[in-house]
Amino acid sequence: MKKKLLQVNNLRTYFHTFKGTVKAVDNISFDIDEGEILGVVGESGGGKSITGFSIIKLIDEPGKIETGEIIFDGQDLMKKSESQMNEIRGKDISMVFQDPMTSLNPVYTIGEQMEEVLILHEKLTKDQRKKRCIELLKAVGISNPESRLKSYPHQFSGGMRQRVVIAIALAANPKLIIADEPTTALDVTIQAQILRLMTNLVKEQGCSLMLITHDLAVVSEIADRINVMYCGKIVETGSSKSIVEKFKHPYTKGLISSIPDLDKDKDRLETIPGIVPNMFNLPKGCNFSPRCKYCKDICKEKEPELVKVDEKHYVACHFPLREGEK
Amino acid sequence: MSIQVETSNKSQEKVNKWKSFLESEFFHNYKKSPTAIIGSIIVIVVLLIAILGPFFTVQNPYDMSNIDLNNAYKPPAWDEGGEAKFFLGTDQQGRDIFSAIVYGSRVSLIIGIAGTFLASAIGIVLGLIAGYFGGKIDAIIMRIADIQLSFPTMLIAIFLMSFIGRGITNILIALSLVGWVRYARTVRGETLSVKKKEFIEATKVIGLPNFKIIFKHVLPNVFTSIIVLSTIQVGSFILTEATLSFLGLGVPVTRPSLGMLCNNGFNVLYSGLWWVSIFPGLYIMIIVFGINLLGDFLRDELNPKLK
Repeated sequence: MKKKLLQVNNLRTYFHTFKGTVKAVDNISFDIDEGEILGVVGESGGGKSITGFSIIKLIDEPGKIETGEIIFDGQDLMKKSESQMNEIRGKDISMVFQDPMTSLNPVYTIGEQMEEVLILHEKLTKDQRKKRCIELLKAVGISNPESRLKSYPHQFSGGMRQRVVIAIALAANPKLIIADEPTTALDVTIQAQILRLMTNLVKEQGCSLMLITHDLAVVSEIADRINVMYCGKIVETGSSKSIVEKFKHPYTKGLISSIPDLDKDKDRLETIPGIVPNMFNLPKGCNFSPRCKYCKDICKEKEPELVKVDEKHYVACHFPLREGEK
Repeated sequence: MSIQVETSNKSQEKVNKWKSFLESEFFHNYKKSPTAIIGSIIVIVVLLIAILGPFFTVQNPYDMSNIDLNNAYKPPAWDEGGEAKFFLGTDQQGRDIFSAIVYGSRVSLIIGIAGTFLASAIGIVLGLIAGYFGGKIDAIIMRIADIQLSFPTMLIAIFLMSFIGRGITNILIALSLVGWVRYARTVRGETLSVKKKEFIEATKVIGLPNFKIIFKHVLPNVFTSIIVLSTIQVGSFILTEATLSFLGLGVPVTRPSLGMLCNNGFNVLYSGLWWVSIFPGLYIMIIVFGINLLGDFLRDELNPKLK
């Protein structure tokens, strides 16, 4: 059995605003094995990104991690001080952001920005750093890396910038990379390239990847396991295969049927009716109940808990879908 | 051999940078803007006069051995009784007005520029801290700034100068204490918007300590507004200093600035000896006019909000 790299237990991250408390992440537990790719899927505002930022403890006011354990590589990150966290950030856990257009500083060259991580976390000489930068750029598929080091971000296209961002994330050989919608801002044609690149590099280096996305189609192809999140809670979790083929939660079903299927002749794409509920005022009982067509009385009263339905497959629903209902 | 190649590469790079500057939008707009060209010519000429002026003046106005009381109150060269040697006339001590202006402009410019540096240094640091950290620190710094802004600048400067006394150092202290507020407010505002950008988030994610994020990543991104503010500030500080010196609260008598030169001739202005005051005054006007023309152009060009 593989070793667990990250274990998140009962994590709650709340935002205390004047209008009330937003439970952005509400009591979630999950883990990531070494070398595993975990997909986190859900609609906007589902708490996916906040989960990612909570792991590296970068939650800004008025947000606060209320309770929970984040055990990374045997150490509890919740007990670390800010300066201890600074040693882990970038070195052991790194992050790739959504928008490559804004995630590089416009006033520094690519080389200077790549070197910054190496200066912080690795003891290398100037020449070694330059060599490493060139290696990294080569690894992410940027041609002519030597001269590209001196370019500024505005001289790169979106896809190239995202490659650079990935190179920066890989620079210090991290154990875990958190990728927050890394392909959302890119062209569809580039998306596949970037994802393939990321998965290949992750497998090569043997590090783990937490891939946050709202695109279930993307995640199901490359992830080993998938967490489906809705309103700050994990509603279904399991291996990619069993989530896609044997989904049990009506929300997962909704997500899957909103993917256009080229083999079938359909007039209309199925959607999930309604919108994500107001986070200040969540419905009683199951959060998904107002949008769920299988909703019964108990769903409006009692919150469902994660129950085991299969090997490593859990679902939080009072009436998990049966095979026939798909 | 390899070193040679490297240096030639570097000089090549410089040439390229210069070329790309000549082809830039900034330079293109500069060529098209007469006010910017006039402004920069005035600024350059004023600076050259201040630096090289002492080589061309007929006397060092602060060296008593150079001054002859017999030459007192000579009118400008084109007036009756004027001498070509004293082109702009002389004052009550027989000091050549042109030489006094050249030497005075040095004092005025040094105070204007050094004052701007000091005020901007204080304002930038406080503005960055207030904007980046927010919360209590922000509230304290900005409330102090608000209180200071509710008094007229000149009132505070006069109060400070009468408290700490005359002198170039003292006037720099006074100017930086009244000038930091504008920098702090501008820098704080820019910092608030820059710190929300993803690349700042990204520097936190790689574990960069806060003070490095502030000075290495936030500061360069707010620098254009600092440049714009500074050009205008130099002009306004020259005026503030001139006013203080005119009121007898500024520079010491031994190192008169342009403002003090105006004051020297003020008593005799109505007796028909107009040149003693008017020429230094005109020169202040020209300097500030040139700086403001240039500053206006820079503001329009560099401020992305006006584009």
